[in-house]
Amino acid sequence: MHPLLVTQDLTVRFGGHVAVNAVSCAFSPGQLTAIVGPNGAGKTTYFNLISGQIRATSGRVELLGQDVTRLSVSGRTHAGLGRAFQLTNLFPRLTVLENVRLVVQARARRGFNLWSMAQSHRDLTEAAEAVLDRVRLTALAHQTVSALSHGDQRKLEVAAMIALQPRVYMFDEPTAGMSVEEAPVILDLIAGIKADPQATVLLVEHKMDVIRSLADRIIVLHNGALVADGEPGAVMASAVVQEAYLGKDLADV
Amino acid sequence: MLTLISGDRPQSRILGALLLLVLLALAFAPFLFPGSRSLETAARICIFIVLVASYDLLLGYGGIVSFAHTMFFGMGAYGVGIALDRLGTGWGAMGLGALAGMALAGAVALVIALLSLRVRAIFFAMITLAIASAVAVLVSQLSGLTGGEDGMNLRIPRELTPAFRFEVLGLTVTGKILNYYLVFLGCLALFLTMLRLVNSPFGRVLLAIRENAFRAEAIGYRVVAYRAAATTLSAVIAAAAGALFAIWLRYVGPSTVLGMEIMMDILLIVVIGGMGTMYGAVVGTAIFVLAQNYLKTLMGGLAEATSGLPLVPDLLNPDRWLLWLGVLFILSVYFFPTGIVGRLRGAR
Repeated sequence: MHPLLVTQDLTVRFGGHVAVNAVSCAFSPGQLTAIVGPNGAGKTTYFNLISGQIRATSGRVELLGQDVTRLSVSGRTHAGLGRAFQLTNLFPRLTVLENVRLVVQARARRGFNLWSMAQSHRDLTEAAEAVLDRVRLTALAHQTVSALSHGDQRKLEVAAMIALQPRVYMFDEPTAGMSVEEAPVILDLIAGIKADPQATVLLVEHKMDVIRSLADRIIVLHNGALVADGEPGAVMASAVVQEAYLGKDLADV
Repeated sequence: MLTLISGDRPQSRILGALLLLVLLALAFAPFLFPGSRSLETAARICIFIVLVASYDLLLGYGGIVSFAHTMFFGMGAYGVGIALDRLGTGWGAMGLGALAGMALAGAVALVIALLSLRVRAIFFAMITLAIASAVAVLVSQLSGLTGGEDGMNLRIPRELTPAFRFEVLGLTVTGKILNYYLVFLGCLALFLTMLRLVNSPFGRVLLAIRENAFRAEAIGYRVVAYRAAATTLSAVIAAAAGALFAIWLRYVGPSTVLGMEIMMDILLIVVIGGMGTMYGAVVGTAIFVLAQNYLKTLMGGLAEATSGLPLVPDLLNPDRWLLWLGVLFILSVYFFPTGIVGRLRGAR
């Protein structure tokens, strides 16, 4: 099966510092890949290179067989990429429904519709409502986002991702800062997305229990380089991971 | 009716009443407030509503700060002026000049936007300031074409001048009144057009970009393209308002359409009225232009009435009107940070 996303020798340098170093990796449909590594290992930078917020110094990114290395962020989104960010990133003064409706509208490429009324596009609103229903946010549809709890805001981000219907989903610590009661809802949603055989999911995560329950595969980044790639059990047990996480000395103990 | 205002309800009874009041007052101004000074004020309100609203489209919806808005306003006005000067008096020349001014404004806005908005929004503000200053100098230097600092007196079609008179239902209607209705209806159409734009899917994208440009890009909107489109539309509409202003005044000159003071007035009115609301432009402009024109008169009356008291008449001396306008501005920003419209909607 053709991979949905491929990075080939993907590298970015900031001055003398190599933040991501020649990472080559392919992501196949129907798979959830956890990306792990200590803080500063380059996980978020790797994400930024894939979604286009940062341009690569060298190497390439392929999305559904198409070279997107030179494409803008919005161009990559239209090519099938969806990303949720580490820090909550929404339209704070717009309503919950409008946040999702804007995503549906972007996907339908109707943003340059200047003369019709936005609310006359019933199909877009209905599609947005359906997504809110799926994540159980219907009751909050007309609330302003800034009035929402942190957990509901993160839930809305996942809803926006679902509305985007990408082929490649990217989650950057989706449960960060959430309470113990709230986190399972998000994880259930991600499990639901993972069930789609047409999509691949990339997940940056620190919590081992989350990784254990969701991941089909783990890749480990350390100092910007890919140091391990494989089945969760094997990778977690490998010496290189122990070293990356605990430091050489402790791993020997 | 709802379609006409693009489903953009005032969302506040007081605001709705105020808007209706302004609309009716402007629609029947020549008959309600006879006299050339009040008609002058009414026409100025009409044109500034459009000018301020077009700036709100940029600032309040797109989140883009520009200092070149009067330049685009001026392009429309000078378009009409130069066309009438070169091609001779006529409706065709007037229309052609207006269209040429609008086209030029749109083209210049698009170029500035594409060159500078890619980088950072603040860069755009600085570029517009530089270009607007350069154009103002150019206009005063090219006196052969633009009339320089003195500007140009325009010969518009006779049907729009006070010399033209006819009777309808026993009322004497002058060309001046026809000219007023050209301004009024033109401005009404432009305003409703903008209301349409901001409530369209495009307008929603602008709001999204203002809220969080990073996210707007991430969900698939090409931010540069939307900002450039908003800048261009805003410039074209400002130029249309400028063309109407030139026709109304039968004059075009740097001080009436290009001055930095006008740019300041626009900024003040947008803030007083309420950014990102469109209706803020209507309420804000009406209050501001009325204050500008009648505060002096009002203060003169008050100073006389209090002439027996110490200090008070000095404070109310008509020469101090700018001071009081400043105080009004500070108070309004302090008490209504979201503008008059924001305040009224919040109190709902």
